[in-house]
Amino acid sequence: MTGFEGANPRFRPKSGNHAGRADTRVCPYEDVRMQNRQRTMIEVIRKKIESDESICRSEALYLLNDADLLALGKLADAIRRSLHPEKEVSFVVDRNVNYTNVCEVKCKFCAFYRDGSAPDAYVLSREEIFGKIDELVEQGGTQLLMQGGLHPDLGIDYFEDLFREIKKRFPTVWNHSLSPPEIIHIAAVSRLGVAETLRRLKDAGLDSIPGGGAEILVDEVREAISPEKILWQQWAGVMGEAARLSMPSTATMMFGCRERPEDIVEHLFRIRELQTEGASFTAFIPWTYQPGNTELGGETATGAEYLRIVALSRIVLDNIPNIQASWVTQGAKLAQVALFFGANDLGGTMLEENVVAAAGCSFRMSRDEMIHMIRDAGFRPVQRTTLYAILRRY
Amino acid sequence: MISFASICEKANGGGRITDEEALFLFESNELLEIGALAASVNGRKNGLRVFFNLNRHINYTNICVKSCSFCAFSRKAGESGAYAMSLAEIKGRAAEAVRLGATELHIVGGLNPQLSFDHYLDMLRMVKSEAPSVHVKAFTAVEIDHLSSISGLEPGDVLSLLREAGLGSLPGGGAEIFAPGVREQLCPEKISGERWLSIMETAHRAGLRSNATMLYGHVESFADRVDHLRQLRELQDRTHGFLAFVPLAFQPGTTRLQTGRKGETTGVDDLKTLAISRIYLDNFDNIKAYWVMLGEKIAQVALAFGVNDLDGTVIEEKIGHDAGATSPQSLSRDGIVRMIRKAGRQPVERDTLYNGLRVC
Repeated sequence: MTGFEGANPRFRPKSGNHAGRADTRVCPYEDVRMQNRQRTMIEVIRKKIESDESICRSEALYLLNDADLLALGKLADAIRRSLHPEKEVSFVVDRNVNYTNVCEVKCKFCAFYRDGSAPDAYVLSREEIFGKIDELVEQGGTQLLMQGGLHPDLGIDYFEDLFREIKKRFPTVWNHSLSPPEIIHIAAVSRLGVAETLRRLKDAGLDSIPGGGAEILVDEVREAISPEKILWQQWAGVMGEAARLSMPSTATMMFGCRERPEDIVEHLFRIRELQTEGASFTAFIPWTYQPGNTELGGETATGAEYLRIVALSRIVLDNIPNIQASWVTQGAKLAQVALFFGANDLGGTMLEENVVAAAGCSFRMSRDEMIHMIRDAGFRPVQRTTLYAILRRY
Repeated sequence: MISFASICEKANGGGRITDEEALFLFESNELLEIGALAASVNGRKNGLRVFFNLNRHINYTNICVKSCSFCAFSRKAGESGAYAMSLAEIKGRAAEAVRLGATELHIVGGLNPQLSFDHYLDMLRMVKSEAPSVHVKAFTAVEIDHLSSISGLEPGDVLSLLREAGLGSLPGGGAEIFAPGVREQLCPEKISGERWLSIMETAHRAGLRSNATMLYGHVESFADRVDHLRQLRELQDRTHGFLAFVPLAFQPGTTRLQTGRKGETTGVDDLKTLAISRIYLDNFDNIKAYWVMLGEKIAQVALAFGVNDLDGTVIEEKIGHDAGATSPQSLSRDGIVRMIRKAGRQPVERDTLYNGLRVC
C-alpha cells in the first residue's frame, strides 16, 4: 500500500529533502548585532509579507523560536485582516461521531483507542449513528464529522452502506468524514487502491475529508509518537487524491508532543507546498497534544506556545484561506484571543466530542457562547457551511 | 482628541494617562496594540523578570455574616458545609507550608461571628510560632473592619495589635468595584469603597504594605473600572503602600449574582484589563495575573500584556474554586517556572514584599 496508487504525479510530494532540517539558504542576517537582531529580523519579514512574498523556513524558525509574541501576533493579524477584511469570525454547527474506538494503530499520544477485546470497546450501531445525526439536524447543524479508530473489520462496504443511508435520510447534512489514516485503512482492509476507495466513498455520499492524522508530517516524529500510523507522504497522497476528485479537505497539526521547532516548520512548509501543488485545503487547524491518559504523558503546550503556532501558521500558510482556533483543546478564552493571532474561524460547536475528552480535556461550547465571545472580541459572528459559505450573520 | 498614538506617546514617555484615555482603551478592540503598550511600560519597570512565590492559602472559615451575591464560598453558621478551622488545623497547615518551602501564608476568611478578636491574635501567634520564617499576609480590609467592630477598637489599633501578633502585610481582597451603585448590587452589606480605601491608607501609614484588587466582569461598566483604578492610583500617590494590583475575573459558576452577561469573563477582556491596569497604574510596580481566576493559559499569555507577577503555588485555595474556577488546586514550583520560561521571560522567586529570592 503506497497511498499514491493512481494519484496524479503533481500531487506527489517532493522526496524528503527537507526532512527535519531547516533550510538555511536564505539567511541575510548573520552579521546583525544581537541587540538589533530581533527588530531587524521582524522588519525583513514584515517587508516580505507586505510585498506578498512567502517567508522561508529559516525565517519561520526564527519567528517560532525568537520573535516577541505580540510582534508575531501583529504580523499574523495583518495577514488575517487582509485575507478577511470583513471583520467577521465564522463557525460551523457540527457534531463529531466517533463510530468506533477500536483501533489497531495505538498511537502513543492517544487516549481514545481500545483493543477489540477491551470491556469498553465499542462500534456504534447504525441506529445509534442515525440518532446522533437526528439530534444534529434538530439543532440546526450542517456538518457531520465521522471519525473513528482503525477497526480491522470495517471495510469499504460498511462505509458505503452507511454513507448512502445517511445521505438518504439526511440530505442536508454535509458529510465531512474519515481522515487519511482511515481512508488508507479502509483501502487496505478491502484490498483497494486509495483512489478507488475515495471514489467509491464519494459516490456513496462522502463530501469532504478532514485533515486529522497529520500529527507532525515528519516521519522521524511519527516514528516516535505513532510508529504504526501512515507516513507523511501517505497522508499527503490521500489529500492529493481527494483534490483530484474535487473533494475539499482540511489540514491539521498536533504539536507539543515530541517534535522539535524545526519539525513544526517543516510540517507547515509541507502543507504549503501540497497546497501549491493542488491540494484542496480550506483551512488549517493546529491543536495541542493532550497528555491525559496517554502512553506518552508529559505536559501540554502552554497558551503562549499555542498562540505562536497559530500566528506562524497564518504567516506561513498564505495559500490557505482559513485558520481555525481550537477551543476544544485551548478553552474559550484562549481560542478567542487567537482571533488576534491569525485565526478567523472557531471551528465547530461540536455537539459531541470524545477523542480530546478522553485525554482529560473537555471544554464545552454552545452556539450562544460562541456568538458572545466573537462579539466581545469586536467581530461579527457568522455561521458557515463546511466550505465557508455564510449561512447566517448574527 | 484622544487617539491611540497620543496615549502611546504619553505612556511611553513616562507620563500618566487620563481616565478618558483609559476608557478609550477599554472601548478599543486593538488588543495587540494595547498589549504592546502595556508590555513596553512593564519592560521599563521590570525587564524580562517575572515574579512568583511559594505560598499557601488558609481560608480559616467560610462562615460569614455578609451575603455578597457574587460569593459562592460563604455559609451561614449551621448551614451544611459551614466550617471554621480549629487552631490545631490551622497549625497543621502552617507546618505543611514550612515543609513545602512556602515563604508566605495567605490567610483570609468569612466574617464569622463566633470568632473573637483574641482568636485572630491567637491564630497569628500560633502560626508565627509554628512557621517563624514565613511571612503572614492576612485579613482583607473587610476583615479588619469586622475586627474593629467586634473589638471596639479603631482600625489603626486593630492593625497594630495584629502586627504585634505576627501580621506581615494585607492582601488586597474586598475591594470589588468601589462605585456605590455596583456595590449595592454586588455586596450591599459589605464595607464601602471609601472605607476599604481608608483602612488601606491606615495600614500603609502604619508601615504595613498591601495589595489591591478589582473584581471585574459582572455588572460594572468600563467607567466603573476606570473609577476604581483612579481611586487606587490616588491612594498610591499618597502612601506608596500597594505592592501589586491584582484584577480578579468574576467567576459566575455557582454564585447567585445574575449579571446579564454570558458566563465567565472572556480572554480578551482579561488581557485588556490587565494591560490597561499596567498602563494606567503608573505608580504600581507590579501587576499580577492571578491564575486561579484566569486559568493558567491566559495568565501565562498575560506575561506578554504587561504582567510581571504570576502569584504563587497557591496550595488549597477555596474561594475562587467554590465559585466554579476550573483551574487546578495548586501549581508546582516547576509548573510555574515552566510557564514563565515558555513565555520567554525570566522566572524570579520573590518574597511577599517583592524582594527577589532567587533567579530560576
